[in-house]
Amino acid sequence: MRDISEIRSDFPILQRRVYDKPLIYFDNGATSQKPLCVVDAVKEVYTTYNGNIHRGVHAMSDLTSEAYENSREKVRSFINAGSREEIIFTSGTTGSINSVAFSFGERYIKKGDEIILSNLEHHANIVPWQMMCERKGALLKVIPVNDNGEILFDEYLKLLSDRTRIVSVTQASNALGTILPVKEIIEAAHSHNIPVLIDGAQGIQHGIVDVQSLDCDFYVFSGHKIYGPTGIGVLYGKEKWLSDLPPYQGGGDMVDKVTFERTTYNELPFKFEAGTMNYSGAIGLGRALDYVTELGREEISLREKMLLDYATRRLSAIEGLRIYGNSANKISIISFLLKDIHQYDTGMILDKLGIAVRTGTHCAQPVMDRFGIDGTVRVSMCFYNTTEEIDILGTGIEKVISMFS
Amino acid sequence: MTINEVQDNIIEEFSLFDDWMDKYNILIDMGKGLPLIDPRFKVKDYLIEGCQSKVWLYPGYDGNIISFTADSDAIITRGIVALLIKVLTGRTPDEIIQANLYFIDRIGLRQNLSPTRSNGLLAMVRQMKLYAMAFKARQT
Repeated sequence: MRDISEIRSDFPILQRRVYDKPLIYFDNGATSQKPLCVVDAVKEVYTTYNGNIHRGVHAMSDLTSEAYENSREKVRSFINAGSREEIIFTSGTTGSINSVAFSFGERYIKKGDEIILSNLEHHANIVPWQMMCERKGALLKVIPVNDNGEILFDEYLKLLSDRTRIVSVTQASNALGTILPVKEIIEAAHSHNIPVLIDGAQGIQHGIVDVQSLDCDFYVFSGHKIYGPTGIGVLYGKEKWLSDLPPYQGGGDMVDKVTFERTTYNELPFKFEAGTMNYSGAIGLGRALDYVTELGREEISLREKMLLDYATRRLSAIEGLRIYGNSANKISIISFLLKDIHQYDTGMILDKLGIAVRTGTHCAQPVMDRFGIDGTVRVSMCFYNTTEEIDILGTGIEKVISMFS
Repeated sequence: MTINEVQDNIIEEFSLFDDWMDKYNILIDMGKGLPLIDPRFKVKDYLIEGCQSKVWLYPGYDGNIISFTADSDAIITRGIVALLIKVLTGRTPDEIIQANLYFIDRIGLRQNLSPTRSNGLLAMVRQMKLYAMAFKARQT
């Protein structure tokens, strides 16, 4: 891996100051910062070759369409999907899950059917299923977690039944950091012929994802959490499912032939890409994936593990700090509370020290309910963070404790 | 003291400190000193829902003036409520309805505690004015 200060110089925002202190950005789980090459790739679209994709006969449209389809190939290669037809661009993880929940529900779900989720899900992997269940009279079943924030695998096996239609779980908890045993979850579901969706919003940026080796039926993620632009995301689906599912939204570009009597749909992947897509976002995402590949995904994973271990040691040494999520297998997230100090108070003071953390329920209220709390302070790190920043965080937390006691 | 005199005092107190840490220390002290709401009123009816921290606000009314008491589960938020109460408690409904709370901008609270932070600052002001309007309506 390149030298860390050199890597940090790829990210303009990491050079800035806030409240006259150097910005320490520990909210990567919410959104990551962007390397200049990604910003430039988006800028290049609008300054040199912008045209609407798949529509025009002119050069600009051709150039943009080509760049857009190149990005699709980059995504395919990045997650090792079998074909480009299996890669659908969406607005993000939320858009992807809504799309699957709707289309899958329309095609396969009947009254009394069951959907399995885990207790660790982000609201984006709960609410779309809940909406579908209400429409169809289906039920959500939830895999419980232990005090370390790990799912109880035996309980999961018990939930699998002939009523289960799909399992949809996160690859890693955004609130606690726990990495789920998705490979085992998928194997168990497949032994009952049940498909599995993996929410990769907190997974893809932290390690290597190979959808063929995982054998997941759907894999979804957001561009902005993997150093790409906002408003772009990916839905990977096995071709057999995507071919069979009805489209989620109707509109331009997703059709084959339209009359007022009947419409036939375009082939994959366009069937699921209605209207003008966020092509600049897709192109930016392609560049972000190149950047991650150039840095080295194995190296990123190792560096983040080092940062997690360092931060866990540093923060655990602080008296009165309780970490929520103590699995041995975590992404670089530490969720904590200090004594009886409200997470909001902690977050506000850390902010004034130039340290950006997230506070609250992290859009995962069922996780908070499981631990009987109404929120935590979350430090989510990525490769561009440093041990020096963690030291400053440690000192900042000690200052918070002294201010409020 | 009039509402504006109280506001001017607060502005002067905050102007003594340039560093946000010091300003927060004032808020924390005020939060700790806030006259607590009667536990009977620490219920859903008096809760102002904010995304990040809870605020309970109770308006006592003797037919002439409104006395506010409040609480929050976060101390900084409690400090902010304490500031608002300092300015608006013991006033008539008309005074509260007509109050122009310029101190919020002048001490830098608004840009620091923007509505997107969901700290409920604006919700608190709105709720205090709503109570005042309700009491005024009852008078007439």
